[in-house]
Amino acid sequence: MINEIVIAGFGGQGVLSMGKILAYSGLMEDKEVCWLPSYGPEQRGGTANVTVIVSDERISSPVLNTYDVVVVLNQQSLDKFESKVKPGGILMYDTYGIHKKPTRTDIKIYPIDATEKSIEMKNSKTFNMIVLGSMLKVRPMVTIDSVLKALKKTLPERHWHLIPLNEEALKEGGNLIKE
Amino acid sequence: MNDKVTLMKGNEALAMAMIRYGADGYFGYPITPQSEVLEKLEEEMPWETTGMVVLQAESEVAAINMVYGGAMTGKAVCTSTSSPGFSLMQEGVSYLAASEVPALLINVQRGGPGLGTIHASQADYFQACKGGGHGDYHMIVLAPSSVQEMADMVALGFDLAFKYRCVSMILADGTIGQLMEKVVLPEQRPRRTDDEIRQQCPWAVNGRKGMRPSNVVTSLELDDDKMEENNWRFQACYREIEKNETRCELIDVEDCDYLITAFGTTARVAMKTMELARAEGIKVGMFRPITLWPFPEKQLREAAKNVKGILCVELNAGQMVEDVKLAVECKMPVEHYGRFGGNVPTPDELLNVLKEKLINK
Repeated sequence: MINEIVIAGFGGQGVLSMGKILAYSGLMEDKEVCWLPSYGPEQRGGTANVTVIVSDERISSPVLNTYDVVVVLNQQSLDKFESKVKPGGILMYDTYGIHKKPTRTDIKIYPIDATEKSIEMKNSKTFNMIVLGSMLKVRPMVTIDSVLKALKKTLPERHWHLIPLNEEALKEGGNLIKE
Repeated sequence: MNDKVTLMKGNEALAMAMIRYGADGYFGYPITPQSEVLEKLEEEMPWETTGMVVLQAESEVAAINMVYGGAMTGKAVCTSTSSPGFSLMQEGVSYLAASEVPALLINVQRGGPGLGTIHASQADYFQACKGGGHGDYHMIVLAPSSVQEMADMVALGFDLAFKYRCVSMILADGTIGQLMEKVVLPEQRPRRTDDEIRQQCPWAVNGRKGMRPSNVVTSLELDDDKMEENNWRFQACYREIEKNETRCELIDVEDCDYLITAFGTTARVAMKTMELARAEGIKVGMFRPITLWPFPEKQLREAAKNVKGILCVELNAGQMVEDVKLAVECKMPVEHYGRFGGNVPTPDELLNVLKEKLINK
């Protein structure tokens, strides 16, 4: 099983760190993983995106142009990546600020109210973990348990007290998916 | 989970591998897309553990000359930079080669010419393999295509440099530098003591302690005959390297009708192209040089014996393709496909090119 994913949004939304935590979660399960950021000036303000591959087999190309899962967190990214979802693949987007909805009919589309949920949770920093929770509900490529292990591995010890909040955010994210 | 497996950027793996090798010094100047090398070294503070010196120089010119100084004393020293920075270093590289001192240089290439872009490129192949500085010299040029190879090639580069008293270089690119993958770092080796260096590098200028006459390390020789003799010695060393040190990876070449030749990031992309092609019943193999100089000519000639055509994919306007054509003596069609300016082709883009240029021709 190979999961080819792109996560795209504004710099500062936690796009790169969400990808990193996903990659580390794959590592926790001994899967093959890679993480390739769009690096450079766009990290500070403009749009940022990251390609993550989580796979049971050896990964060949880290550079892709179509994806199994596309997660977009703003209108520009939606415009740019809608066409790059593989037929039958998944397009997930945060509804906040989206005025032009996706139109494809050959893919599964999941609008989620992640920004709204993060406001409800009174902490905007939970945003990316809410999104990750939703994504893993739809495509459970790693377990929530592995994500928590990954958080422990990537966060410095002084931030470990935030892990329960992140766990809550992952759960709330999963609850946003109604099937 | 294997505890030794970690996730790391290619650039960070370079830095960790330098420390683990027991390198004595790193001198560098920040430039995207390789700044994480210096950042990681500063974060790890090896001067407090192994005693390795890490210094941010005032410029690339200063950095390469610090490397030159360190190398003369037999220390394991290195620098890293990206394309415009490596151009600035060329005078020093030529001096290092002419002085027959070992050093490890790393170029994480970005799109040029000029200041160019900050994304991946392979347009410094000529500069690395055909001599970017003046005079007849060669460096051993290693081309990593994974984060694991970034880590492994630090030790390999140093070992080869010391074995042949020559300059080794790792020619990476922005994508491999920024890519995060699984990696197993080498075990920590101790730094060599001064006495060990005196034994292993009898040519080094590190204090003779009354044991031998004074050493002189220089690239200057005003006697033409002696300088010609020096050149013959350099060339003999290069022939020896060509004989012993070519390395490459061959994938599915046994039954292939078409061969893709690529290194670094493009080799990774082309591996996916191979998978796509084989799924369609097109038999494609891959030749990936690991040493760009010396170029694995014999291995390529052998692998290409029965193919109908070769596609050479590079992030440049056609550089390695010259060596590919020479190796196969133009006995079959050799086509080139390049992207520039920091753009990297995608797997299906390469499959279309393969069909257009070779299969459906």
